[in-house]
Amino acid sequence: MSDHHPTGIKRWLFTTNHKDIGTLYLWFSFTMLLVGGAMAMVIRAELYEPGMQLVEPNFFNMMTTMHGLIMVFGAIMPAMVGFANWQVPMMIGAPDMALPRMNNWSFWILPFAALMLVMPMFMGGDFMQGQGPAFGWTFYEPLSGQYNKLAFFIFAVHLLGFSSIMGSINIIATIFNMRAPGMTLMKMPLFVWTWLITAFLLIAVMPVLAGAVTMMLTDKYFGTSFFDAAGGGDPVLFQHVFWFFGHPEVYIMILPAFGIVSQIIPTFARKPLFGYASMVYATAAIAFLSFIVWAHHMFTVGMPVAGELYFMYATVMIAVPTAVKVFNWTATMWKGSMTFETPMLWAIGFVFMFTIGGFTGLMLGVAPTDFQYHDTYFVVAHFHYVLVTGALYGIIAGVYYWLPKWTGNMYSEGLGKLHFWLSTISVNVLFFPQHFVGLEGMPRRIPDYNPMFADWNAISSLGGFVFGASQILFLVIIIMTIRGGKKATDQVWEGAEGLEWTIPSPAPYHTFETAPEVK
Amino acid sequence: MSDSKYYLPEPSHWPLVGSIGLFVTTFGFAFALLNYNAPVEEGGGTIGNLMVMYIGMAIIAFMMFGWFGTVIRESEAGKYNAQVDTSFRMGMMWFIFSEVMFFAAFFGALFYIRQLSIPWLAGEGNNAMTNELLWPSFDGGWASDGKAMVSPNPEAYPTPKAVVGAWGIPLVNTILLIASSFTCTFAHHALKKDARSKMITWMIVTLALGFIFLGFQIYEYSHAINDLGLTLSSGTYGSTFYMLTGFHGAHVTIGAIMLTIMTLRMIKGHFTPKNHFAFEAAAWYWHFVDVVWVGLFIFVYVL
Repeated sequence: MSDHHPTGIKRWLFTTNHKDIGTLYLWFSFTMLLVGGAMAMVIRAELYEPGMQLVEPNFFNMMTTMHGLIMVFGAIMPAMVGFANWQVPMMIGAPDMALPRMNNWSFWILPFAALMLVMPMFMGGDFMQGQGPAFGWTFYEPLSGQYNKLAFFIFAVHLLGFSSIMGSINIIATIFNMRAPGMTLMKMPLFVWTWLITAFLLIAVMPVLAGAVTMMLTDKYFGTSFFDAAGGGDPVLFQHVFWFFGHPEVYIMILPAFGIVSQIIPTFARKPLFGYASMVYATAAIAFLSFIVWAHHMFTVGMPVAGELYFMYATVMIAVPTAVKVFNWTATMWKGSMTFETPMLWAIGFVFMFTIGGFTGLMLGVAPTDFQYHDTYFVVAHFHYVLVTGALYGIIAGVYYWLPKWTGNMYSEGLGKLHFWLSTISVNVLFFPQHFVGLEGMPRRIPDYNPMFADWNAISSLGGFVFGASQILFLVIIIMTIRGGKKATDQVWEGAEGLEWTIPSPAPYHTFETAPEVK
Repeated sequence: MSDSKYYLPEPSHWPLVGSIGLFVTTFGFAFALLNYNAPVEEGGGTIGNLMVMYIGMAIIAFMMFGWFGTVIRESEAGKYNAQVDTSFRMGMMWFIFSEVMFFAAFFGALFYIRQLSIPWLAGEGNNAMTNELLWPSFDGGWASDGKAMVSPNPEAYPTPKAVVGAWGIPLVNTILLIASSFTCTFAHHALKKDARSKMITWMIVTLALGFIFLGFQIYEYSHAINDLGLTLSSGTYGSTFYMLTGFHGAHVTIGAIMLTIMTLRMIKGHFTPKNHFAFEAAAWYWHFVDVVWVGLFIFVYVL
C-alpha cells in the first residue's frame, strides 16, 4: 500500500484507513458535543430562575431527552471509538484495523443514525412545541409508547447499535489478531486492554438494547403486549431490559477513559504504571459486575426485598475494583518526577472528580438512601461527575496527549491550561450545587421548580454558561494546532513510552506495515 | 494464501452505499408508520405506503452483491493470508455472539413474563389487590400449564381458541433442523476430503431440510392465525410466541440464503480443502440457528 488515496470528499467517504476513520469519529463527536451542549445551555437558561421563562414544558423535556441521547450516543461513545481507531493499531504495532472496510461502515452509519434521531424535532407542527422525543433518554414505557414519531427514534437506536457492534467486533479482532510479535496480552498498553473489555461489553449489550426497542416497536404498531399489563406484560420489564443494557453502557463510556488516564499519568509522573496487572484484573472485574447490578437503577420500582438487597450488595462491590484503580493512579504519581502539562492536569482532574462521582454513586447504590435520592438532582449531579468530569475529561486529556502525534504540532500550553482551569472551576460551580438541591428534594427533568431551590440553580446555570463557553476555546485550540504551531518531536513527551511514540510526528498515513519487534 | 503481508483493502464505496440503504429502509418504514397515528377516517391504525422501504432494501441487496462479490474475488485471487483469515473468523464469531444476545433479550422477556408478571397479575405474593382491582378473573393461565389460555384483559388482547402444541409440527421441525446441522457437517467433511460431488449432495440435502422447515413454519403460522385465532395481539403468549419464532424464522431464512450461495459457489468450483472460510461461516451460522431452535422448542413449545 502506498500513501496514495483519493483526495477531497472521496477520501473521507470511502476511506479504509484507521487514522482517517479515527479523525472522522472525533470530528463527528465534537460536532455532537456542541449540539448536545447547546441543548444543555437551553436547559440551564430555563432553570436559571423558577417559573417558565424561555421554552414550553414539552420543548424543555425534548431538550433533556435529546441532550442525554446525543451526549451518550453521539459525543462520548464515538469519541472513544475515534481514540480506539487512531491509537489501538499504533499501540499494538498493527498496520491498520483488522477489517478496514467494515471500519468505514461503522463510522458512516453514525451520521445517518444521528439524522434519524434529530429529524422528528423538525417534522410537522410547531418547532417550539417540541416535536422530537421528550420522554427522557431512558425512554421508559409506557410514556415513550405515547410518542407519535416513535419509530424514528427506534430505528435511530437500531442504526447506532449496528455501528457500535461492528466497531466493537473490529476492535476485538484487531487486538486479538493484529498485535506485533512479542506484544503479549499482558504487555499491551492499558488503553488497549480497557478497549478490549469495552468492546466485549458493547457486543454483549447493544443487541439487548436492540431487542428492547424492537419490543417497543411491536407493542406500539403491531399489537404485542410486552410492556402492557392488560396482555400479561409489565412496563417494569422494559426497565429491566433497558438497564441490562444501560448499566454496562455506563462502563462502556468510562472504561476507555480509564485507559487514557492510565497512559497519561505514568508519562508525566515518569514512572511505570503502578500495579499494571491489578489494573487489568480490576477492569475485567468491573465489566463482569456491570452485568449483574442493573436493577439498582430501579430500587423504587417496587421490587421484592430480596431483589433490593441483592442489587445493593452487588452494586457496592463495584467500589472495590474501582478503588484499586484510583489507588493505583495515586501510587503511580507517588514520588514521581511530576510535571503538569495540560494532559496531566486533565488526568488529575479526572482522578479527583471521577472519584467524587464514584462516591455519590455509592450513596445511590445503597437502597434505603436511594429511596430518598431517586430521580432528584442528586442523581443528575452524580452522573455528570462521572460522565463530564470522568468520561469527557478523559477524552479531552487524551486529545491533548495525542494531538501532537496526530498533527505533528504542539498545542498552545498556555491556552490548554487556561482551558483546563476555566473548565474545572466552572464545571464544579455547575454540578456541585446540584448535589445540594437534589438532597433537598428537587426532582430532575422539570422546567419549573420551588423557589427554595432558586439560589443554587442560578449559580449552577452561571457555571454552566462558563463551562459551555470554555469548550469553544477547546475548538479554537484544536484548529490552531492543526494549522500550525511548534513542531512536535517523535517522542513528544519526555516520559512517554510505547510504540506510538517511536514513529514520526505526525504519524504517517500507514504505520507498521512491517511489524515492529516488541521485547 | 499469498505473501505474509496483511491485506489492506483500497478505499471502497460499498460501506457508504450500505449506510444509505439502511437509512432509506428505516426512514421508509418509520415514515409509513407515521400513518398509524392519523385519525381513523384518514387511514389511522394502518401502515402507509412502504415503497421507500423496499427501495432501501433493494439498495442493501445491491450493496451485499457488490461487497461480497469484491471479497469473493479477492479471496479467489489469493490475496488473503492466514492472518486475514483469522480476522474473518473472529468477526463471524463475535457477530454470532451479538445475535445470541439479541435472542437473549427476547428469551429474558419470556422468562420474566412467565415467572413474574403473569403470576403477579394473577395475585401471587403481595399482589392480591392487584388482581382483585385490575382483572379479578385472571388466574395466570399459560398454555402449557393446562389452564385456559387467556390474557388479563381479553377485550384489549383477545384470547386465542387454542395454542400450538409441541408434539406435532414443532417436533418434526426440531428433527429436521438438527438433521440439517448434521448434513451440513457431512458436507464440510466431504469438502475437506475434496469429495466435491458428495459435498454438493449434502449441501442440497441441508438446504432441502432447511426449506422444508420454513415451509412447515409458514403452514403452522397460517394455521395458528386462521384456525386458532392466535396473533401478535393475543396477549404475551402471542407476543413471545411470534417474536421468538418469527425472528428465528428470519434467521433461518438468512442462513438458508447463505448456504444457497455457498452451494452455488461450490458448483462454480470455489473453495479448496484448506481454504473455505465463507462456507464455514455459513455453517457456524446454521448451527447457531439450530441451537436457538432447540431453546425455542423447550421454552416456547414444551414448557
